[in-house]
Amino acid sequence: MATAKLAVIAPAAAERRPAFGRWPGVLALLPFFAVLLAFCLVPAAWVLISSKPADGGMWYANFAEILSSPFYRQAFGNSLDVSLWSSLAGLVIAVVGVASLRRVPGRLRSAAVAFTNMSSNLSGVPLAFAFIILLGTNGTLTLILRHWGWIDDAHLYSLNGLILIYAYFQIPLGVLVLYPAFDALDDDWQHAASQLGAGPFSYWWHVGLPVLAPALAGTFILLFANAMGAYASAFALTAGNVNLVTIRIASLVAGDIFLQPDLAAALAVLLMALLALVTAVNHWLLNRSYRGD
Amino acid sequence: MATERYHRGVVYLLVVLLALPVLGTLIYSLSERWDATVLPHGLTLHWYTTLWLDDRFLMAFWHSLVVCLGTLLLSTILIVPAVFAIHYYFPRLDRWMNILILLPFAVPPVVSSVGLLSLYADGPISLVGTPWILLGCYFTIALPFMYRMLSDSLRVINVRELVDAAHLLGASTPRAFWAVILPGLRKGLLASLFISFSFLFGEFVFANMLVGTRYETLQVYLYNMRNASGHFTSALVMSYFIFTFALTWMAMRISRQERT
Repeated sequence: MATAKLAVIAPAAAERRPAFGRWPGVLALLPFFAVLLAFCLVPAAWVLISSKPADGGMWYANFAEILSSPFYRQAFGNSLDVSLWSSLAGLVIAVVGVASLRRVPGRLRSAAVAFTNMSSNLSGVPLAFAFIILLGTNGTLTLILRHWGWIDDAHLYSLNGLILIYAYFQIPLGVLVLYPAFDALDDDWQHAASQLGAGPFSYWWHVGLPVLAPALAGTFILLFANAMGAYASAFALTAGNVNLVTIRIASLVAGDIFLQPDLAAALAVLLMALLALVTAVNHWLLNRSYRGD
Repeated sequence: MATERYHRGVVYLLVVLLALPVLGTLIYSLSERWDATVLPHGLTLHWYTTLWLDDRFLMAFWHSLVVCLGTLLLSTILIVPAVFAIHYYFPRLDRWMNILILLPFAVPPVVSSVGLLSLYADGPISLVGTPWILLGCYFTIALPFMYRMLSDSLRVINVRELVDAAHLLGASTPRAFWAVILPGLRKGLLASLFISFSFLFGEFVFANMLVGTRYETLQVYLYNMRNASGHFTSALVMSYFIFTFALTWMAMRISRQERT
């Protein structure tokens, strides 16, 4: 009986979907795309369009102004400097850390990974405040280090201080991204290498790092882009008194001296173009290395 | 063994390095004075009681909760049906969606703020200065996490066969979605909501640039308190940490349960 009943229902059920076609699906996607358009795609497109001077002039006038201004060139130089060094420091610490994390007993490993995960929440304004308390002019660590005579003064409110803070938020990100990438390394390789007389250094130089190269490059780009776009920590640390690209963009649209949204848009376009260029070069280098030197 | 000791040493060093700012802030927030001497003076909860009795702090905390929970509600309403529609009606679009949802990652908040400020400052849709604009912006922040986690959950449960089976038993598509697909998404949804919450709770750029003190959230309040006593801001930072740490911990527990 039951099977007979099923056989009767089945054709009707199969026809139910074509009755509405894919329209319910379209209806479910519409509000989703509307909000995504309104708050991500249209503003990004607006930035592109409005980068031309508001008072007339050629479309490239703002870009020419930025590139010929020592002030804005310094902003790009500082941003590149801070991003490059903090990403490299974060990447090196993350690689060394993950290589060891994968060699310690399970309990310690999962506890350490969980802690790293949690510390990735320490970013932006609270991170800057924590570093001021630790390493500011009268910071707790500053007092201790000064007592021991290791330092004479705190240098947190400088580009080097920013590199330190940025490196701190790069480490957890690097560890979390690289951790699964280390699956590419077979544990037997290190045994095989040491059987052939290779020490840990030559194993990592000839086997480990080349195998990980694509993951390392990808992680570096992620950290670099993250640092280039970062704003909150630097803003909170210096109240906007450090010359970075993101600080310049923000002060041109929301500062209290004078506003120039079109120049901010041009700066933003240049920042995005720079990130796109870095990503493209990385992609090209990787493709070339895959094809076999 | 020497190598084992080395690896343990590196892991401990990493943890200490990451814990240093947290520990420093914690001790500072609990001490009466710590300005000239190597060790802090006196233990006190004074800074925490001052903070938790401050009306402006409680208001900012409330604002943050409203904006974050509102965003999560909006995101759930928009993303869950969209993920289902992609998997059930347009499986071929899945590849494109995975690229599309990464776009908010590629555009730093400072950059999109430039566009948002000129689009929604005045004119027909005037949202700048109201919490409503944060709902939309925070949706784009939560989107990559929520979409990926929900999409992964759906891939595991084989949507098409389940819904077709429900049709066979006489259920309509909405009913099949509600009774068959949604329960399977519950854990993935919960984990992604916790993760998104801790991200949104820490958001500063949109909140400060688009709304500022007109609807002060916790992060903006924190920034505006930068000239208060360091002990007070430490207590504020620690209260924020402990709250987000608890949330992240719950998210990790839920996603671990799901895997086993």
